[in-house]
Amino acid sequence: MPRVVVHVMPKPEILDPQGKAVAGALPRLGFEGIASVRQGKRFELEVEGAVTDEVLATIREAAATLLSNPVIEDVVQVEVEGEAAH
Amino acid sequence: MRIGVVTFPGTLDDRDALRAVRIAGAEAVPLWHGDDDLQEVDAVVLPGGFSYGDYLRAGAISRFAPVMEKVVDAAKGGIPVLGICNGFQILCETHLLPGSMIKNAHRSFICRDQPLRVENNRTAWTTAYEKDQVIRIPLKNQDGQFVADAKTLDELEGEGRVVFRYTEGATHGPVGFEENPNGSWNGIAGITNEYGNVVGLMPHPEHAVESGFGPDEPGRGTRTGTDGLGFFTSVLTALTA
Repeated sequence: MPRVVVHVMPKPEILDPQGKAVAGALPRLGFEGIASVRQGKRFELEVEGAVTDEVLATIREAAATLLSNPVIEDVVQVEVEGEAAH
Repeated sequence: MRIGVVTFPGTLDDRDALRAVRIAGAEAVPLWHGDDDLQEVDAVVLPGGFSYGDYLRAGAISRFAPVMEKVVDAAKGGIPVLGICNGFQILCETHLLPGSMIKNAHRSFICRDQPLRVENNRTAWTTAYEKDQVIRIPLKNQDGQFVADAKTLDELEGEGRVVFRYTEGATHGPVGFEENPNGSWNGIAGITNEYGNVVGLMPHPEHAVESGFGPDEPGRGTRTGTDGLGFFTSVLTALTA
């Protein structure tokens, strides 16, 4: 089954407490030189049939409606696995 | 008067909310997330907890529960709706209220008796209070940091829609969070819609309605606090007006 991957990230102006926690843990474990971390979400959607423009439009709508909250998050990428569809 | 309290999978505080409604003198009506029926209630409380395990985002899945479609319609029709903690998060996800909650800025769960300043006592849920009165009710959350874009914050502030703001006087908390317990922008604890019928806040009035079971009141004794009862008496006033 073809797979569409949706990437959601916290908006740049919103503090990301989880990313901050990860950034704080890295030097404690000896991983040096990383200035900052932001943590997002990756959704893998398996599609019945071919990934047409209609299917992508539906997925983009789902991404804006349910997978992300536009107040605090941006859908940064929707890609068909294997090829970038931005 | 019939006041409904919605139970979602993972709701924790529905029974306390039902009890608060009864103590205030109204009929408490349990509502179920999977029913598309509000049972002719006059007002609705969305209680606290971790509905759907906070999966995806707090409140994100609950928003699409069958009962919520009816709650949103009823709220737009003017009936009073109160969202407490997870209920506030659900109201933001439905866009009945603007903004959103993200994780506490200090990244820890916080639980304490929290002083709040009542900044708007004209909503359906706050007429029992004086403007600028400081009340003390329990606060307990992980994702309690209220955020919104600058335009929304300006509107909320300019239109007097900040109902509660965190204020000093808590007995403990992480360093830097003595007053504002979670880093909420502008110290916002609760807000209302433009009509004053929909109110959401992170702290828990339903846990402060009966002496012996409420927050500690400095100088007045342990567990004596009943400052939350005014939410439920206010809505009765609004409904009988």
